[in-house]
Amino acid sequence: MAKTSGVPFQGTKEQEKQLREKLAELKDVQGGLMPALQEAQAIYGYLPKEVQIIIAEVMGVSLEEVYGVVSFYAQFTIVPKGKYKIGVCLGTACYVKGSGEVLAEVEKVLGIKAGQITSDAKFSIDATRCIGCCGLAPVMTVNDDVYGRITAKDVAGILAKYN
Amino acid sequence: MKTIQDINAIREKMQSVIAMRNHGTSKDVKSFEPTHLKREVLICGGTGCHSNKSDKIRDEFNKIIKEKKMENDILIVMTGCFGLCAAGPVVIVYPEGAFYSKVKVEDVAEIVEKHLIGGEIVDRLLHTSPGEVEKVVALSDTNFYKQQKRVALRNCGVIDPENIDEYIAFDGYQALAKVLTSMSSQEVIDEVLKSGLRGRGGAGFPTGRKWQFTHDAVGDVKYVCCNADEGDPGAFMDRSVLEGDPHAVIEAMTIAGYAIGAHQGYIYVRAEYPIAVHRLQVAIGQAKEYGLLGKNIFGLGFDFDLEIRLGAGAFVCGEETALMTSIEGHRGEPRPRPPFPAIKGLFAKPTLLNNVETYANVCQIILNGADWFCQTGTEKSRGTKVFALGGKINNTGLVEVPMGTPLRKVIEDIGGGIPNGKKFKAAQTGGPSGGCIPASLIDTPVDYDSLIAIGSMMGSGGLIVMDEDNCMVDIAKFFLEFTVDESCGKCTACRLGTRRLLEMLTKVTDGTATLETLDEMEKLCYYIKDNSLCGLGQTAPNPVLSTLRYFRDEYEAHVVEKRCPAGVCKKLLNFTIDKEKCIGCGMCARNCPANAISKTDYVAPNHKLPSMVIDSAKCVKCGACMANCKFNAISKG
Amino acid sequence: MSDIKMVNLKIDGIDVSVPAGTTILEAAKTIGIKIPTLCYMKEINEIGACRVCVVEVKGARTLVASCVFPVSEGMEVTTNSERVYNARKTTLELMLSDHKKDCLSCERNLKCELQALSNEYGCNAYRFRGATSKNEPADVTDYLVRDNAKCILCRRCVAVCNKVQTVAVIGANERGFKTNVSPAFEESLAASPCVACGQCINVCPTGALHEKSEIDNVKKAIADPEKIVVVASAPAVRAALGEEFGYPIGTNVEGKMFTALRRLGFDKIFDVNFGADMTIIEESHELVERLTKGGVLPMITSCSPGWVRYMEFYYPDLIPHFSTCKSPQQMTGALIKTYWAEKNGIDPKNIYVVSVMPCTAKKAEKLRDNEQENGYPDVDAVLTTRELAKFIKEKGLMFNELPDGTIDNPLGEFTGAGVIFGASGGVMEAALRTAVEKVTGKTLDKLDFTEVRGMEGIKEATYKVGDLNVKVAVANGLKNAKIICDLIREGKADYQFIEIMCCPGGCINGGGQPILDAYTRRNVDYKSLRANALYSEDAKLKLRKSHDNKAVMEVYETYLGEVGGHKAHEILHTKYVARKKY
Repeated sequence: MAKTSGVPFQGTKEQEKQLREKLAELKDVQGGLMPALQEAQAIYGYLPKEVQIIIAEVMGVSLEEVYGVVSFYAQFTIVPKGKYKIGVCLGTACYVKGSGEVLAEVEKVLGIKAGQITSDAKFSIDATRCIGCCGLAPVMTVNDDVYGRITAKDVAGILAKYN
Repeated sequence: MKTIQDINAIREKMQSVIAMRNHGTSKDVKSFEPTHLKREVLICGGTGCHSNKSDKIRDEFNKIIKEKKMENDILIVMTGCFGLCAAGPVVIVYPEGAFYSKVKVEDVAEIVEKHLIGGEIVDRLLHTSPGEVEKVVALSDTNFYKQQKRVALRNCGVIDPENIDEYIAFDGYQALAKVLTSMSSQEVIDEVLKSGLRGRGGAGFPTGRKWQFTHDAVGDVKYVCCNADEGDPGAFMDRSVLEGDPHAVIEAMTIAGYAIGAHQGYIYVRAEYPIAVHRLQVAIGQAKEYGLLGKNIFGLGFDFDLEIRLGAGAFVCGEETALMTSIEGHRGEPRPRPPFPAIKGLFAKPTLLNNVETYANVCQIILNGADWFCQTGTEKSRGTKVFALGGKINNTGLVEVPMGTPLRKVIEDIGGGIPNGKKFKAAQTGGPSGGCIPASLIDTPVDYDSLIAIGSMMGSGGLIVMDEDNCMVDIAKFFLEFTVDESCGKCTACRLGTRRLLEMLTKVTDGTATLETLDEMEKLCYYIKDNSLCGLGQTAPNPVLSTLRYFRDEYEAHVVEKRCPAGVCKKLLNFTIDKEKCIGCGMCARNCPANAISKTDYVAPNHKLPSMVIDSAKCVKCGACMANCKFNAISKG
Repeated sequence: MSDIKMVNLKIDGIDVSVPAGTTILEAAKTIGIKIPTLCYMKEINEIGACRVCVVEVKGARTLVASCVFPVSEGMEVTTNSERVYNARKTTLELMLSDHKKDCLSCERNLKCELQALSNEYGCNAYRFRGATSKNEPADVTDYLVRDNAKCILCRRCVAVCNKVQTVAVIGANERGFKTNVSPAFEESLAASPCVACGQCINVCPTGALHEKSEIDNVKKAIADPEKIVVVASAPAVRAALGEEFGYPIGTNVEGKMFTALRRLGFDKIFDVNFGADMTIIEESHELVERLTKGGVLPMITSCSPGWVRYMEFYYPDLIPHFSTCKSPQQMTGALIKTYWAEKNGIDPKNIYVVSVMPCTAKKAEKLRDNEQENGYPDVDAVLTTRELAKFIKEKGLMFNELPDGTIDNPLGEFTGAGVIFGASGGVMEAALRTAVEKVTGKTLDKLDFTEVRGMEGIKEATYKVGDLNVKVAVANGLKNAKIICDLIREGKADYQFIEIMCCPGGCINGGGQPILDAYTRRNVDYKSLRANALYSEDAKLKLRKSHDNKAVMEVYETYLGEVGGHKAHEILHTKYVARKKY
């Protein structure tokens, strides 16, 4: 029942130092928990329990409160993301132009579902909200690369570039 | 710190730089007196064009200009969104205003050679609007632009948002100067009240009244907040303003701070908008450097500072109380009202919250007066409204039109109509909170009250166009899935009500619903509207109610005939092979993931091989067969 | 009073005048209209989330939540229209659609607020059918069971955990349909720094939270001919048990309880009050020692196991301040298995000690290290007041008809000092009665230390103990305990002796006490009523000082030797450990 990623934590001392420096700045900022989590996710790429414990203790709130916030917002993740983060936009404009099929194809090709990471940690898939490229609909992203006006047929070719 | 005189001096100095940017018009080019610059190249740096590598285009321009040592003659400017995203990446060259669309990095050399050096417009790159035969040179001459009126977007696509001097050149910070030197806080509020400006974020509450409430609230500390958590799928008005004209928001928030007596502001931006966030950060930095934010602005004794707070992917945070809970560092759950934010808002202090587009109008109202603003729009909906056109429409992009403009004009004239000769079926406004407007109501004027009257709402301005291929039940389900996903889960009515509604709707699209299901759905819709804690829940049933109202026949087709007229709802789809057309090539069978296709004994006349047949019991309705049939022998229905 | 602005409004056509700031819910109550609530707890959970309290306000677009909606001048409210009725009914039916409906066998059957309202509103529990959101098996810890399949997300437990006890180990996680109340990472409560107080159970409107029942273990022991099953109940149990059988709140049912225990088949009926007297002897000795011979001050009581866990988790640096005395429950158990066993020639292995407690943390306390003598646990099973009531009903005992019974000797003898342990301030008062007389050697004229009584969160007083001025503090509820702990940490606490009880009001409001519905909790001062039952028993008793308890003194004389001596330490004292929160 517990919602942990199951991936062993591999944070470094350097990351923890960075995190603690950021937290020191945010500790007394009104409403600093959200920025703290955003900084932490920027440092670690995700928010594993070990990191949330540090945040809870420095920010002076309970771990449950931290987790309650983390699990509320879609962008916070307790599962690490792949080296290549794939996003398929399911915003209205993309959806009406068939992005659902694109997502299904990505899932099929990689053999994982949206929200998951491949076992080699290379790819992770997210179904995203509108990323604002409605003119290019349907849109898929791989890290910072944007692929617009694609169909399910293009998926395999795009993914091949990262293999 | 800069004084008003300093700012005026910058404005003067900058006039020569901006002179040729005549808002994209091609007239008067002949009479244009070149300044020290020969030409200016404006490249759209909005998210849409940026995703299409417009930054690479800029780099290429810079590289070639440098190679050719033309830096003193040519100015390359990366602007915010021009609006016509469908044509992106977009480049405009002044003084001609030549509007180049779908520009590629490889095209840059040609533009430089022919146009920047040779003075000759590169015809092949000019934009052709759908329905327009001749190529139009200037953006402002396109149908898309001609019928717009740009107030909130006035600087978008015109200035470099990362250069405060350009903003100042276009009268930036003049409104703030006017307010701080010649107006009392009540006079500012009165002007906004008189303008009739209503909130552009959704419900359309009169902005001036909000300012007045917050002004009147008792409290030593007050806050000004900006809602830039634009979460409606398909809406990107606020993003474009922030990307194209961030100072307009900063200046307006400072004015609001002066009006209500606040010294601290927060801008709550979606984290999905990295470019907007970056430009805001740059703009805030520059404003601070110029002393236009911070202590003792203009040396006139007024203090105001701004902080950016990022959202983290929760649509409900666009609701005002949820937004504040989120800034406070909690789960973005709405709070009951009253107390209203004007009395007890952020950190329990009186708080003013407006959205980006609302703020984007404020400086213009202050500078030009409420009477000027009132000239546009309708009696109850003054001014203009920005819409994000999307879906089945030719000119996807951003448009700003006077309130009260008929929907038909927006879709057919500005939007360029429906692609591929399809028929307009419905327009969806207001995102997940809004409703679907059927073709029969296409002449409805677009203003707050007219939209409410027909069961939709303005919302923040998303306008999604649907054609005959869209199933309205499926669309309702799409929006409802969105709200179910985005419900915060706090109140019963929304958490469980929307979920049960979605389950009923799924029965409809699966063909397992009865006519009673439709009645029960309708009852549940009204219950959710009546009982939800916040605006998200109260409006969540709108897409269902409005489609039930205008497209009931389509629902009934699903329920009674077990048929999806648009051929979208998979469970109701049947793929069939026309045995006369089928040549028996077997492509369909090879592409069928379910092995549902096999040979028959029948060989059609003129064909050599037996035709194929689909076993509907095995069929997973993926459509792969149809997509792979080169002979149009497969149909769905 | 005249400063308070009055607001005039109409509720269901009746004119009402209430002070500004009053909610519609409260205003309606003044004219005899009870609006149903589920999530609402005054000042603690004003979130307007459940929507069962909706009413119509003229001019409002939607229905409004009356629990949080303030009245305003000229307002017209309708609480009883069809629109309101249908709305509330639908809300309840939606809740039922995502609720495990095993009502007949549910812990809370007939004491469930959801059930009661569904009945009032004639709900169709199966109007809405669909997915259920929480399908995980219940989380079972040593002391508590959390069955989210019955949770309606009113968040009263979250509010009490956060705002009253301030430990915040449970909260709302995820969002939308997936929202659930659970500890961080949706792990077991056992993996969290939960103090086991059980206050969440007391406020839960449904059966989603209840104690881990030990009735079956007790029944098994009773049925075992080898076992001598001894029971002892805590003072606060008798002050509340009657509520389960329809007695008014605050009725002391000690006599009937003794009869019931005997009829349930317990071999011996002793009393934790005896252990409480014992605790006072040891603890007041420890206090006097620390005061006169030096030692860590202020000294803090250690009878409340929720509080002990709290200190170990959250203020481990303050552990030296704890009295090393075991709690009355553990002292009673320890003496049964040593002194009493030896005296009667019984092998402690065959003794099964059951204590009846107002408390869930006691279930965890009995499993602590250092709480076993002779290799046997001091206490084998802990039943809550609620479990005892259930046991009594299950055995067909007509509690109200039972004659008053008596208790067994010697470990059933107690004084008024032991009795008042059940209310906040009671331990302090009992300790002072003994400490003052021990130090001065004189008999006290007045035994009532009224300054430390009552339901206030933090009480302070200074008493003369011989030549010493002893400044004391009494805190109840962990929110108040936290204030005291922070003072100590900062070196700003100038007290010598502090009593802390984990639960607000002390044990009479423990997490194992009978369930009161939200309306009663809000409108009746049940804590004072229960406390008064104990104070009036104390007032009636001839012996009111622990050192007057002859059975206690006999234990020292014939078995333990000196108070605070070696053997007493071995059997009656314990150790604490710093616990890691995560």
